[in-house]
Amino acid sequence: MTALTDSPLAACLALLVAWLLIGLAGLIRPGSLRFAGRTLFPLGAFCGAALAAVGIWGIASPPEQVVLLVGLPDLPAHLRLDALSSVFMAVLGAASAGISLFGAGYFRRGQGTPPGLLCFQYHLFLAAMGLVLLADDAYAFMVAWETMALASYFLVTAQHRMAEIRSAGFLYLLIAHVGAIAILLCFGVLQGGSWHFTFDAMRAAHLDPGRASVAFLLALFGFGAKAGLLPLHVWLPEAHPAAPSPVSALMSGVMLKTAVYGMLRVTFDLLGDPQSWWGMVMLPLGLFTALYGAVFAAAQTDMKRLLAYSSIENIGIIFAAIGLAVVFVANGMAGLGALALIAALYHSINHAFMKSLLFLGTGAVLHATGERNLGRLGGLIHRMPWVAWLTLVGALAIAGLPPLNGFVSEWLLLQAFLFAHEVPRPFVNMLLPLGAALLVLAAALAAYVMVKFFGVIFLGQPREAALARAHDAGRLERSGLVWLAAGCFALGLFPAQVVARLGIVTQQLGLPALANTAAPWWMLVPLADREASYAPTAFLLAVAAVVLLAILMVRVLYHRRVRRGPPWDCGFGGLDARMQDTAEGFGQPIRHIFQPFFAMTRELPTPFDKAPHYAVTIGDRIWQTCYAPLGGIVQRVADSFAWIQQGRIAVYLLYSFVTLVVLLALVI
Amino acid sequence: MSPLHILTQVLEMAAALVAAPLFVGWVNQCRAWLQNRSAPSTLQPYRGIYKLFHKDAVIAENASSLFRIAPYVVFGAMVVAAAVIPSMSTRLPFSRAADAIALVGLFATARVFLSLAAMDVGTAFGSLGARREMMVGFLAEPALLMVIFVASMISGTTALPVISERLATQALGLYPSLAFTGVAFTMVLLAENARIPVDNPATHLELTMIHEAMLLEYSARHLALMEWAAALKLFNYACIGFAVFLPWGAAMGQGPASLLAAIPVLALKLTIAGAGLAIVETLSAKLRVFRAPEFLATAFMLAVLGLLVHLLLGA
Repeated sequence: MTALTDSPLAACLALLVAWLLIGLAGLIRPGSLRFAGRTLFPLGAFCGAALAAVGIWGIASPPEQVVLLVGLPDLPAHLRLDALSSVFMAVLGAASAGISLFGAGYFRRGQGTPPGLLCFQYHLFLAAMGLVLLADDAYAFMVAWETMALASYFLVTAQHRMAEIRSAGFLYLLIAHVGAIAILLCFGVLQGGSWHFTFDAMRAAHLDPGRASVAFLLALFGFGAKAGLLPLHVWLPEAHPAAPSPVSALMSGVMLKTAVYGMLRVTFDLLGDPQSWWGMVMLPLGLFTALYGAVFAAAQTDMKRLLAYSSIENIGIIFAAIGLAVVFVANGMAGLGALALIAALYHSINHAFMKSLLFLGTGAVLHATGERNLGRLGGLIHRMPWVAWLTLVGALAIAGLPPLNGFVSEWLLLQAFLFAHEVPRPFVNMLLPLGAALLVLAAALAAYVMVKFFGVIFLGQPREAALARAHDAGRLERSGLVWLAAGCFALGLFPAQVVARLGIVTQQLGLPALANTAAPWWMLVPLADREASYAPTAFLLAVAAVVLLAILMVRVLYHRRVRRGPPWDCGFGGLDARMQDTAEGFGQPIRHIFQPFFAMTRELPTPFDKAPHYAVTIGDRIWQTCYAPLGGIVQRVADSFAWIQQGRIAVYLLYSFVTLVVLLALVI
Repeated sequence: MSPLHILTQVLEMAAALVAAPLFVGWVNQCRAWLQNRSAPSTLQPYRGIYKLFHKDAVIAENASSLFRIAPYVVFGAMVVAAAVIPSMSTRLPFSRAADAIALVGLFATARVFLSLAAMDVGTAFGSLGARREMMVGFLAEPALLMVIFVASMISGTTALPVISERLATQALGLYPSLAFTGVAFTMVLLAENARIPVDNPATHLELTMIHEAMLLEYSARHLALMEWAAALKLFNYACIGFAVFLPWGAAMGQGPASLLAAIPVLALKLTIAGAGLAIVETLSAKLRVFRAPEFLATAFMLAVLGLLVHLLLGA
């Protein structure tokens, strides 16, 4: 027992085992919704909250290592908890606490997988993600990574009776495994000929620049596939809408962050000595991903696809920040490198909260209305005030508006970009600041996307009669949303504390911390000598004070009479819900401006149509230019080998025999 | 933080509140003169706001509470923005709480709330206006940030008063980068404040309206706050322009005398800027809405060009 209170690593392990046990308990009565929903999911949420606390505690404590004698003979599992894994552990715990709480009220009867089994897969997924963060050798890492991929695959295909969900799940599984192979190869390069697969051995192996670059590129491919970096993003907009909302929240909010963690672990810890051009590859890739995600999010009409593209955008921002950090560190500007790295970490934490909140919000809407299509929603703020206002917090946060959390990380990243021209390399120092232009363009588009998302779902008039019967979320679901929204506020209002904690991470990675002792607790001053500061609490208080004063003055000096009348609408009258802007309409300016991004097919009516029909479908150019030809090639290669499939057992026995002979010949 | 600094801070906000409608009145008067109309008094915006505050508010039946909160949020954001911009003095204690990037964020918050409020009632005009406002915003916001970025790179900080001070105290030289960004900033100012050529502040019932379309459902005190906030926004943008491009004359913290001296300087700057704005508006034609993105993309590109010029020439 004393081990649990002394060592964060032991406490983490205990909580992960507790998650596993909760999952296994679900299998006792797989059909019972009450047992899973009312008992197991709240327990899981409690474990999550405890894990968040342990993670925060673990950031400040020194790194710990332990060797567990489980696994294959001679392959014990090495585990390690340092500040970097503690940060992500805290994110996993805190976000999953809210999601599990919501999930407790969310899962209903009659959805594909029985609730007990779902509970098992869900908690296995959580525990696997925790183990990914703890793993300290390639073997444990890959086992945890694969468990995570498989558990999430089964969760995505919870409603496996629908063909489109099965194909979305397959695409996810395929890309997850292509990525996993790249990660495996990356570890193979990293061990540097010693054939020891512990991370300690990899840290000690000093690779020559060529090998190190190969390892980096493999890691970028592997973790980029998991994170949804262009052009490996295609699974996100398919898998996220297919999964039940709490699972989408977990995948988007937390699982994508394990890829960020892996990237950071390999680049800054295992490789250690990053080269400048790695950053120059990663930065534009991240920025382009961000812009691409934002543009496509603006054009979506399915609310969960919209959020999936928004996740791609945010992952792009995170990878751009990491790329910038690599450039800084490689050019000996450790202080600015730490700033960019902290921006990346901060944005990862933020995104976990805001995106989970938004996905859960869509889950509540989906349950209340049965609709995912934005064209059939609207006006839900009247029927679902709790969900609407809490979702608004997430939407404003992800739009990067002060004083919420999304703004803080973008602010930090912009501060880092501002000094990018000091990089002592010609051309590089001119190209880097242009990245800031792309970044702010993507961030401003995010605000557009979020106005569309929130406005079309919750504001205006209901576009379908059935929406009048929508009901607000239940108490458990609400408390999950409140938890995440409170996280958005806390991360937005106390950035100095968060940055101080993240400074421990950068210190352990050999960069300076951004600890600024001179600044008061409520003020964020990342670089003491640059005179840029941000104090969200003072900021919020000022806005609140002015708003309250304005309300008070209006009430005291004038009056508060209000009459309700029909909407004026320029006096036209006869307003109905079909006259409102649609989701397609709201995205029209973006489709118009960014036309080359889209592969659009329009169906336009002719003047003689009896029943005029207008439709526009938006395709992903990358799908058409990369994946469709690739799929064709695979199909053709497979076809050319098809003749070996004769369908007679004798032939197959012959194949086995020939193989055996060849193998024997090789051995002898 | 001395009492004088706090007094300066309060004075700045109060001055913005009072002067903003006057500035709008002055621009309108200049416009009328240039267009051979008999001009309304410069005090006309005050009369309009006064009248609106005394009317009964009529709100659409299906409006949510977001609709009623939005005017206060927009107004509050604009007043707080005025507290950060060094219009008269660069010694603003509150400006430590929000730098230029936070200022842009503040404008974005106001814009998002305005657009959401416009979508709330669910009228065709409201959502049309919201869509167009966000379209203008997502192009204008990066352009504005790039303008600030160039000024920040020259002065090494993002705190607006410090930028202003450093630009004012440097030797009077030509910054080619600032020339590019100055043009970009003017274009952003026109677009963000619903002026010709992007939008027309003096029109209703046009299919091309942007800002006014969002306010159609507002009446009485809510409309008064929105109008006041719009006036404050124009005033704030003008003052950002002064802080970056014409920083001379603002008090740099040499006691109350310089603060008193800064007031007529600001008044002079506003008079000239207002007249200039009226001239620009009179000389240009309103663009079709489809052309607005091109206009704004030009502004963005000019700002980026300014950045490049700064990086190439170091000036």
